[in-house]
Amino acid sequence: MCLAIPAQVEALLDDDMARVNLGGVSKEISLALVDGVGVGDYVIVHVGYALNRIDAQEAERTLALFAEMAAAGEGSA
Amino acid sequence: MKYVDEFRDGTLARGLAESIRRAADTGRDYAFMEFCGGHTHAIFRYGIPALLPDSVRMVHGPGCPVCVLPIGRIDMAIELAARPEVILCSYGDMLRVPGSQRTSLIKAKAAGADVRMVYSCLDALKIAQENPDREVVFFAIGFETTTPPTAAAIRQAGTLGLENFSVFCNHVLTPAAIGNILESPQVRELGSVPLDGFVGPAHVSTVIGSQPYEYFAEEYRKPVVIAGFEPLDVLQAIRMLVDQVNRGEARVENEFSRAVTRDGNPKAKALVAEVFEMRRVFEWRGLGEVPYSALRIKQAYAAFDAERRFDLEPRKGRENPACECPAILRGLKQPQECKLFAKACTPENPLGSCMVSSEGACAAHYTYGRHRAA
Repeated sequence: MCLAIPAQVEALLDDDMARVNLGGVSKEISLALVDGVGVGDYVIVHVGYALNRIDAQEAERTLALFAEMAAAGEGSA
Repeated sequence: MKYVDEFRDGTLARGLAESIRRAADTGRDYAFMEFCGGHTHAIFRYGIPALLPDSVRMVHGPGCPVCVLPIGRIDMAIELAARPEVILCSYGDMLRVPGSQRTSLIKAKAAGADVRMVYSCLDALKIAQENPDREVVFFAIGFETTTPPTAAAIRQAGTLGLENFSVFCNHVLTPAAIGNILESPQVRELGSVPLDGFVGPAHVSTVIGSQPYEYFAEEYRKPVVIAGFEPLDVLQAIRMLVDQVNRGEARVENEFSRAVTRDGNPKAKALVAEVFEMRRVFEWRGLGEVPYSALRIKQAYAAFDAERRFDLEPRKGRENPACECPAILRGLKQPQECKLFAKACTPENPLGSCMVSSEGACAAHYTYGRHRAA
């Protein structure tokens, strides 16, 4: 139920709406719940609304942490 | 898809699983509850139980809004749908959920009721605009993720002056349910909660932030790690929980930092506070009556409240007395320990709340077949 998908904003439309790319599918969603989202940003889309913006730097940091942990798990640490 | 594929990498998953195995090789057992149905689904879909060492057990929590909605509320929705002037709009998940006497919204639709599946409450607003001579009711369910969209839709209906739109509100609150799991009488009888920590909600936390869980970490000494819904997120969160338990800590940590902050989404929270207020008590399937665990529409927006507009009387459904959902939802029993599981109660014919949606603990156990291999 609370599943939501990361989507990239392609265009800002009237009435707080935006066109996003959801893994190749174009869709109109509402930006009424978020502030300051621009074209190119990734947002988490749930039931037609962007719930939040994805922080690209934090995503990189989390992926780096996975790699570090996984390397430790394989015995190099 | 960016922000999805890289969080599902199989090699990294095996490495993370191995790191959990090493960290958990301490001679003790670990039991962690994933609160969200989204996590339950991910755990089974990606075979995470098979990657974990025997000492680490995942307990599946009540975070599936479809599962926990009591039968009486479904009966009320079916009653609304049966009115000739009403178009009842619902998220697809709710349509097959059985009410009393084996009814459901999909059966009501087959019998002639105007029930429409919508992807978003924005679709319900559009239907109301297109059908000015009908009463359009949105059957609102869900946790803190679906609540802000419902609030936005109600406010938009006000701005548009839509007089034929209303909401049957069933929104519930995550922290209240976690509190109930930690301090229910059943748990008190057994002395302590058999849980060593929580995998905290992903998308709920993007809205409410990590701050509301700090109380559980401090007051009940249970670590909470907020995690994304992808398999690597879940594995990493389990590793972080094992580490906290090993160090004797109980803190809130945030694995899903790419989308969750301590304060969450202030705009969404403000909108919810403007439109909704707490109900004194609300019934949850499986948990019973939980104080201050649900929302209703404020007086200022009463015109959009379907319960007031249609004078809906509260209804009470009857659960099967053999159903073990209450114990399963609290981590006291496993689905296989229920006499009804996979016999009288299946995903095609669900009797208890945990079998109702694919995100429920029993449905996930049934579908992804650990019980079949055993």
